[in-house]
Parts: sequence; structure tokens; C-alpha cells
Amino acid sequence: MNIIISNSSQDPIYEQIVIQIKTSIMKDEVSQGDALPSIRGLAKELRISVITTKRAYEELERDGFIETVPGKGSYVSGQNKDLIREKRLTAIEDKLTEVTTESKLLNLSLEELQSMLALLYTETN
Amino acid sequence: MDNILEIKDLTKSYKNFTLDNLAFNIPRGSVMGFIGPNGSGKSTTIKLIMNLIKRDSGDINVFGLDNLKHNKEIKQKIGFVYDENYFYEELNIMEMRNILRPFYKNWDDNVFEQYIKDFELPKKNKIKSFSKGMKIKLSLALALCHNAELIIMDEPTSGLDPVFRSELLDILYNIIQDDNVSILFSTHITTDLEKIADYITFINKGKLVFTKTKDEIVENYGLVKGSKELLDNDTRQEFISIKESNFGFEALTKDIIKARNIFKDNCIIEKASLEDIMVYTVRGNV
Repeated sequence: MNIIISNSSQDPIYEQIVIQIKTSIMKDEVSQGDALPSIRGLAKELRISVITTKRAYEELERDGFIETVPGKGSYVSGQNKDLIREKRLTAIEDKLTEVTTESKLLNLSLEELQSMLALLYTETN
Repeated sequence: MDNILEIKDLTKSYKNFTLDNLAFNIPRGSVMGFIGPNGSGKSTTIKLIMNLIKRDSGDINVFGLDNLKHNKEIKQKIGFVYDENYFYEELNIMEMRNILRPFYKNWDDNVFEQYIKDFELPKKNKIKSFSKGMKIKLSLALALCHNAELIIMDEPTSGLDPVFRSELLDILYNIIQDDNVSILFSTHITTDLEKIADYITFINKGKLVFTKTKDEIVENYGLVKGSKELLDNDTRQEFISIKESNFGFEALTKDIIKARNIFKDNCIIEKASLEDIMVYTVRGNV
């Protein structure tokens, strides 16, 4: 996992950390149960203040991306519903893109595709 | 969160200078940057905390204890790094250590030796042959080897090159890996603090300007640069101070978001550094 901090960015440093850790989790660069560096360790690595990394971890915890066990450290969280939903939505989008491309090859109109989908949607229910 | 240092209404008057009702706290486990121009009262404050001079009024609590009543107990847990050299120059490191060691109950020779090794300090040479950086490292080794919970550093980086200052920053990051330890770091070289400090206390002419988290400062203060036509009685109100030249103006605001709304794309608006904040606040309109 890489975390790159820009001092010239308009985004606060804690936010830059939050976004980059979230991205790493989404991209499966780190997986469930993986330990994150300690708050003080990360501050040292990135040469920023402890209060800033603490704020980033608190935000990640609030959004359910990580869990902190007092005295042990922080871990990538397992049961984040939003996160999983987000991931599955991305998967659906990928599949739909595939379908759209295929449909276009067959000169299928959007209406035809939509009615096909509507039919399938009600049938499987 | 408990405070490792609490200063309330601290006042000390000299003929030409008054430290006036100073108040700030340092939460446990944090780094406090103490900034202000030369002669603003930083060293006076530190001397008052260390009980080296007598306060006129106010309170100083260290580890929850009054610093006058519990002078001895408190000093056991303070590591002090002073700008000027207070060593016996004719001695070497080990002789100096032998003099200081009896004062501390929790002195740990192994920790001291480790620091001397890490800092690559020669044990046999007289201290007077040391460079300024080496003397600061020796001060640090002595300050860190008796289980101090508060490290007070008075201008430890003044007169030192950027390479050493970067090295010192690494040392400080290692120290604060222990979340029991707090650091009070006084300096006028603010770039050292831009990275490590959790809080900044800024004083000028003996008065408190602000004491805040560094993030709060960095996120809210801004430098606005643009043409002078944009300055009128209303827009001038938005700034702490304005520097005008023949080619435009530069000004400091403490509400960068508001400034962005007012000036939109007509100005260049950047984050202000601690140095900008200090200079604009101290110098006023130029």
C-alpha cells in the first residue's frame, strides 16, 4: 500500500490519507484482517503529526473501513456493508458494460435491451 | 485526555518586557510547537516552567502538580534540552554523565550508552571539541535516559543545518512512539514544526496570539495574492495584515474558505505556512 502526501493539495492531509487507504482497500491491495501501521508509526513514516493520522484513522473507523482494537492496533475491517455493496455495484457495472458492448455489436436498440432486462428482472423475482 | 502541562494566567514583568497572562496546555502524548519571534517570551516561559526564575502570578502545573511545590519530583520526569551549552567543556561525555547521574532516580545507563552509540558521539573527546549538533545530541541523550515524560527543548535547532534538523526530527519521531511522552519544542524556525507538531502555541510581545491544533491552523489560514484594485474597506477587513507593493498585494486571512468565496478566481489563494502566519501577524500592514 502506498500513501503519498501532497503539501500543495487543497485537501487536508488527513483526508488524503483516508482516500488513499480506502482506495487500497477497494482495490484489494490490503485485505480483511490485515494490520495497518500504528497511528504513531504512520506519523513517523509520513513525517506528519500524530493528531493528523489519528484523525484519519478515526474517519476510516467511522466509515467502517477499519477496526481498532485498543492496545493492539488497527485492522482492515471485514463487515463493511457499504463497502461490499460498492464493490458489487462495480462488478454489476462491469457486466452491464459487457452487455452494452455486445448489444451494440448486434445493433440492439436501448429500448429493446431495456425490455429484455425488464422481462428478466420480473421473471427471476 | 489529561494534560501533562497546564499554564494559567502566567505573568512575569521585567523593566522592558512583560509576559502577560499566558495560558496554554499540552495534552499527554503530543508535540507542542512553541513559536514566536526573538524576544517574544518563549525562553522566559520555559524558564518559568523549569522554575529557574520566579513568576509574578499565575499557575504552572506539570504532571498535575504545582511546579513550585513539587519542584524536585517534577524535574525527575523532565528532559531539558537547552539552546546554549551548559556542559563542563573540559570533560568528556562519560565524566559529564557521572556528574549528572546522581541527580536522577530513574537514570538508565544502558539507554544512555545506546543513545551515545546511535548518535555516534565520541566518548573520549572533550566536550569543547564537539560541534553544535553533537552538543545538542548529547543534551538529548542526557534528557532521554532517565524516563522523562516531558521533553522541553528551547530552540534546539537554531544555528543548525537542514541535514541535522531532519535527523533531529527522526529522533523526535522515535521518542514519540511512546505515547506517554510529550514534547514542548520552542523555535523560530517554524518549518521544523510544520511536520511533527500536533499543537502550536504562538506568542508575540509576551502575549498569547493563539494556541490551536496545527491542522486547524493549516486548514484555515491562507495567503491571498492579487491586484490592489481588489482592496477596499470591506475586503481589507478580511485580513490579519496586508503587504502592498507597486505590483499588487499579499495578505493573510484566517478564513481561507471565506476568502475563496469573496475573491473567487480573481486572486491566487494558497495555504499559509507557519512562517507566513508569524511574519504577517508580527509585522502588521506594510
